[in-house]
Amino acid sequence: MQGRASLATHATVDAAPHALPAITRRRAFWRTEWFLFVLFVAPNLFFFSVFSFWPIIYSAWLSFHRWDLIAPVKQYVGIENYRYLLYDDVFHKVLLNTLTYTIGAVGGTLLLGLLLALLLNQPLRWRDGARAVIFAPSLLSGAAISVVWIYMFDPRFGVIARLLSFAHLSSPTWLTDPDWAMPAVLIVSIWKDLGFATVIFLAGLQAIPRDLYEAAKIDGAGAWWRFRSVTIPMLSPIVFFLGVTTILNTFQSFDIIQVMTKGGPVDATNTLIYYVYQEGFVAFNAGRSSAASLVLFAIMLGVTLLQVRYGERKVHYG
Amino acid sequence: MVEVSVLAAPRGAGRGISWPRVAGYAAMALAVIVVGMPLFWMLSGSLKTTQEVFSFPPAWLPASPRWSNYADAWQAAPFGRFYVNSLIIMIAGTAIKMANAICTAYALVFLRFPGKNLIFLVILAGLMVPEQVTILPNYVTLSDVFGQSWINTYQGIILPGAAIAFGTFLLRQTFRGLPREVIEAAKLDGCNHLRLLWDMVIPMSRASVVTVTLLVAVSKWNEYLWPLVITTTEQMRPLTVGLTYLVNRESNTQWGQVMAATVFVIVPLLIVFAFAQKLVIEGVTAGATKG
Repeated sequence: MQGRASLATHATVDAAPHALPAITRRRAFWRTEWFLFVLFVAPNLFFFSVFSFWPIIYSAWLSFHRWDLIAPVKQYVGIENYRYLLYDDVFHKVLLNTLTYTIGAVGGTLLLGLLLALLLNQPLRWRDGARAVIFAPSLLSGAAISVVWIYMFDPRFGVIARLLSFAHLSSPTWLTDPDWAMPAVLIVSIWKDLGFATVIFLAGLQAIPRDLYEAAKIDGAGAWWRFRSVTIPMLSPIVFFLGVTTILNTFQSFDIIQVMTKGGPVDATNTLIYYVYQEGFVAFNAGRSSAASLVLFAIMLGVTLLQVRYGERKVHYG
Repeated sequence: MVEVSVLAAPRGAGRGISWPRVAGYAAMALAVIVVGMPLFWMLSGSLKTTQEVFSFPPAWLPASPRWSNYADAWQAAPFGRFYVNSLIIMIAGTAIKMANAICTAYALVFLRFPGKNLIFLVILAGLMVPEQVTILPNYVTLSDVFGQSWINTYQGIILPGAAIAFGTFLLRQTFRGLPREVIEAAKLDGCNHLRLLWDMVIPMSRASVVTVTLLVAVSKWNEYLWPLVITTTEQMRPLTVGLTYLVNRESNTQWGQVMAATVFVIVPLLIVFAFAQKLVIEGVTAGATKG
């Protein structure tokens, strides 16, 4: 639309009688506008090509090789790296952990986010302040807040042990216990992403037309039924959007795990993204790391395409 | 709860004390306390003595604030240097990203070029490549840039993040929504594109530009994985990476000092957020809902 509108304007300008033949002038004009376009867009495209698109190609190539990041020769090994991942117990555990982590984070974030949004949608005073506090964690450095959480989770002198002691519970050792490390990491993830989900849900709730509720009321629907028959269906595009966003966020969640558990204990919190990092920069298996990163990429691409296919343009207001 | 929101005026309806309202305030207070607890614990911990830190039950507040934790933390690692590094990464990184976002968005909306939509799609495809997948290849690329190693350099930290898809997308949306007549009139007056961009388009979309800049700056300040990988000496680390090296899992970490150091990283963000709260939340909402 925009392009066509400006085209029309320029055509009138060009048609104005001048000394130069119209065709020459138009050509010169086009050349400068094209030139400017290239000048404006090229840097962005260049950096994407070198640092986003090329790495995918290079990773794909590297995933068929064995390399320690130092040796001058990268040895071709065929599908050996993929076969290794297919049969490796640690990698199976990594996939399972990623699934647990994702489901836990998405479920927790969306459920708590919706509850908080419903609460903050009430006519309460100071609710904007509360919204700000709840949103704040999503802006903070994941690495830094993880350091705070390590201190909080400490079973000997942490505040969480103290809170549990009020209920006469003894604190698990959290980060050093294979059964409790994942819940601990999940708590931090949910705490951090909750504010974003709340704010988005809130925007969604406020965009639901009032007359839908009025109509449901006239039909004799109670509060719960109105929630089920109006709020939930109207929010479903947002649930979908937040679901996809949280899945993608969780897949990329590195800071919390690196700082809090380094994937341990005994790989209890080793997720796909962490495995990619560890194989590459700790174990120096560039090939294996690349193969795993392509698995990660493929899953994320699948999730994104799912969103494009089913979620596109369903969420719009304002 | 839904009923209240439908019937009552949106704000401070003040119809005296009613049971659901009391419950609402209680729930809101609880949510704020639970979510705010880590920040409170960080601040309180940063002022505790070693003895207070390691005692159980822990005190909610230190008996007398120990401000020297901050001085000690500043000495425990080169935090002055970390600050400089973080600022360089944030300012240079944000500037280059915003220049890219603004120029690309402007070109996509106001300049004619064959296959513009295809170019837009290519840039959107950049959104689909997660940074985490690119770290190893980028590390290899930067280890040999025309015979030079860019590992452990500022350009090595900053340039891989120079491209921007999300901001381009958002600004393109904003630019498309600008009143066309005004732009066309300026064009007819012989305004060239650089002036049009600088004097009209940017000022007219100031709110969006500021919001995107803020969000980009925050993400730059918080960056962790890439600087962790690409820096090899303490002198080049940003705050986020430098801080995490203070935590010592095996021996007893000096939590008072470490919490003070965490304050160094987090408080600048909290201050910015306190001032730009509305803008940031609206920006995030717009980014999510105006796809």
